Amino acid sequence: MSWLTQIGTVTLLSLKTIPRRAGSSAVAIVGIAGVVIVFVAVLSMAQGFFNAMHSAGAPDRALVMRTGADDEMTSGLSGPQTDIVKQAPGLFRDGQRAIASAEMFVIIDLPKRSTHTAANVPMRGIEPTTFQVRREAKIVEGRMLTFGTNEVVAGRAAAGQFEGLSVGSVVKAGQFTWTVVGIFESAGSVAETELWCDVRVLQGAYNRGNSYQSVLARLDTPEAYDSFKNWLTSNPQANVSVRREADYYAAQSVTLTRLIRTVGFAIASLMGIGAVFAAILTMYTAVATRSREIATLRAIGFNTFSVLISVLAESLGLAAMGGLLGGALAYLAFNGYQTSTINFQTFSQVAFAFAVTPALLAQGLAYALTMGLIGGLLPAVRAARLPISSALREL
Amino acid sequence: MRFLPLVWRSLWRRKIRTIFTILSIFVAFLLFGVLMTIRAAFSLGVELAGLDRLMVIHKVSIIQPLPVAYQNRLRSVPGVETVTHNTWFGGIYQDPSNFFATIAIEPEPYLGMYPEIHLPPEQMKAWLADRQGVVVGKDLASRFGWKLGDRIPIRGTIYRTKSGSYAWEFNLVGIYDAEPGFDKTQFFFRYDYLDEARQNGDGLVGWYVVKIKDSSRSQEMAASFDELFANSSAETKTTTEKGFIDGFAKQVGDIGSIMMAILAAVLFTMLLVVGNTMAQAVRERTSELAVLKALGFSDLRILTLVLAESLFVAMFAGGLGLGVAWLIVRNGDPTGGLLPAFLLPSRDVAAGVALMAAVGLLAGLLPATTAMRLKITDALRKA
Repeated sequence: MSWLTQIGTVTLLSLKTIPRRAGSSAVAIVGIAGVVIVFVAVLSMAQGFFNAMHSAGAPDRALVMRTGADDEMTSGLSGPQTDIVKQAPGLFRDGQRAIASAEMFVIIDLPKRSTHTAANVPMRGIEPTTFQVRREAKIVEGRMLTFGTNEVVAGRAAAGQFEGLSVGSVVKAGQFTWTVVGIFESAGSVAETELWCDVRVLQGAYNRGNSYQSVLARLDTPEAYDSFKNWLTSNPQANVSVRREADYYAAQSVTLTRLIRTVGFAIASLMGIGAVFAAILTMYTAVATRSREIATLRAIGFNTFSVLISVLAESLGLAAMGGLLGGALAYLAFNGYQTSTINFQTFSQVAFAFAVTPALLAQGLAYALTMGLIGGLLPAVRAARLPISSALREL
Repeated sequence: MRFLPLVWRSLWRRKIRTIFTILSIFVAFLLFGVLMTIRAAFSLGVELAGLDRLMVIHKVSIIQPLPVAYQNRLRSVPGVETVTHNTWFGGIYQDPSNFFATIAIEPEPYLGMYPEIHLPPEQMKAWLADRQGVVVGKDLASRFGWKLGDRIPIRGTIYRTKSGSYAWEFNLVGIYDAEPGFDKTQFFFRYDYLDEARQNGDGLVGWYVVKIKDSSRSQEMAASFDELFANSSAETKTTTEKGFIDGFAKQVGDIGSIMMAILAAVLFTMLLVVGNTMAQAVRERTSELAVLKALGFSDLRILTLVLAESLFVAMFAGGLGLGVAWLIVRNGDPTGGLLPAFLLPSRDVAAGVALMAAVGLLAGLLPATTAMRLKITDALRKA
């Protein structure tokens, strides 16, 4: 009998006999599935947050803030400064009109649905050009706000996460009341956590005079960014910093994504060690209960290597089942799950959906197989080394 | 007690199995300790927050400033002991990713209100003598290697100096330690320096902290403060400090519940593994147990023997796990300042010990009762 057929036969035999050891095999499968669920769930949370922040930036948009400001919250621009920004070359123009939106960014307290406690909800004052700048944004319910009035439109995610944001309801913030007239979507990005209102009304409400915090500009092409930026940064009157919108949001997601990933990897690796021990126990039990069988195989001429491979294959098989089960459960339980957290840079809420991506599932499965391989190694060596005569005598 | 050697011997009947069972439980409780620490860190030291301290913030949101004149009006309310104000400075040291809290405070009333902060008296004296002085937490000082006497450049994000620049400098005059669980990464400097040197934001402070005489009256006191400023241009919202921190922790998200779900998954898995192994161990020894019974061991004694075995494994391995978790936690926050309050709450240690006992008992119960009910004749015949 050839070497390969030997391995094949013995492996098939051990895989076929798994149902006889259903109890202990189930323990290994459940153990590994548990690890994969946690692994995939935590990383999908990081991925979801990352997606929300990254889908907010279009390549042909630039964000202009005060020199030295790292976020919109602490930035401030005067009216004349925003006028200069709107004259910059490279800016997309619709006839005479510059397609750029000078904006204010503040936060208001609204109760969070899940906890009924106050949360910092971002509120953005926008200009009528906004929808030409943010082309992915569209009103999906109700209507657009009328400029010059106390009307707001709420992002889809904000309406889902916070209380009192349905069309027709009234939001009180300090002494001002805002009427929600519509709900907008923005390709699942961080903008969907915001409330939008007329920037001039917001300036009045916050006694800001004619001042803004940022300008979001649409460029002719993504390549026009350099000339746009150079013109503005070399203009001493402007005194602004320019960055690509994508870079701005990417920088904001770094801290939290790193925190979630660090915690996630730490937990998953600790759990993985536990699951490897569970797999080792299961495989030792499997080898122990099959010791007479294995000894018989050896006695009739199967070599030690094929026995070793067969045990490893069984361990890997169980791990694969656990990995697939865990991945499937994680997908069903977490994909698209909506939650929100605080973005420490702007001190405001960001709603996002867990994203279980194929890449994460593949990583989970690879992790499961690694656990299976490590878990099967020692028992496999033991099975291969089983002394034939005493193993046959046992039992 | 006489039978301890017996328990010991049967434990080591299959060395590898026992070792791996112990390792599994060890890892599970290590994880328990670490998760509980992270959960406590995410709740941002809620346990320490005082009930006799009230936070008065702007009604619209905490980022809106309040007039400094509110301090005297708050002081005049009967039942108020001390009133102080804090102002968020939003300073950046070298790079925005080096985030830590920079707050302008009034040194004497603030430290009087927070006895959990420990600052050596001579450093306090130095602080009062130096307007540009700053006092930082122990963890923050060690993170950046700051020593007393250092001059620390900070880039402002909100306030400019009189010369219109965002560059600020402070002299490190004190390093505070604090009760466990209190954030030791904060950067406190004097409000009078800020007020004197800033170009913008005159006469405005961030929020007020009010210490009241009778913590049981916190609700009505809070209501009376808000009434005081109703219909003014800056209306307020007052909560207890505990309520405020709690609310803020909730803003971070359902981290706590996610941790609990993970923990439940781990413990369930572990129970399965240990239970299965224990059952296996007892099944293998059927004939031995039958012999013991034949020798006159009572059913109860057999039950105790088997239970003692599983309990021992669970307590030993679990205790080791929690101990190592405690050592890791004592070493400090591994994320480099992202989780300021990093400690293992003693309440969770107690919960962990209870959990170990429960795991040991539950895992041993099924095989132990099976062993107890064993019929001597059947068991001996099987062998």
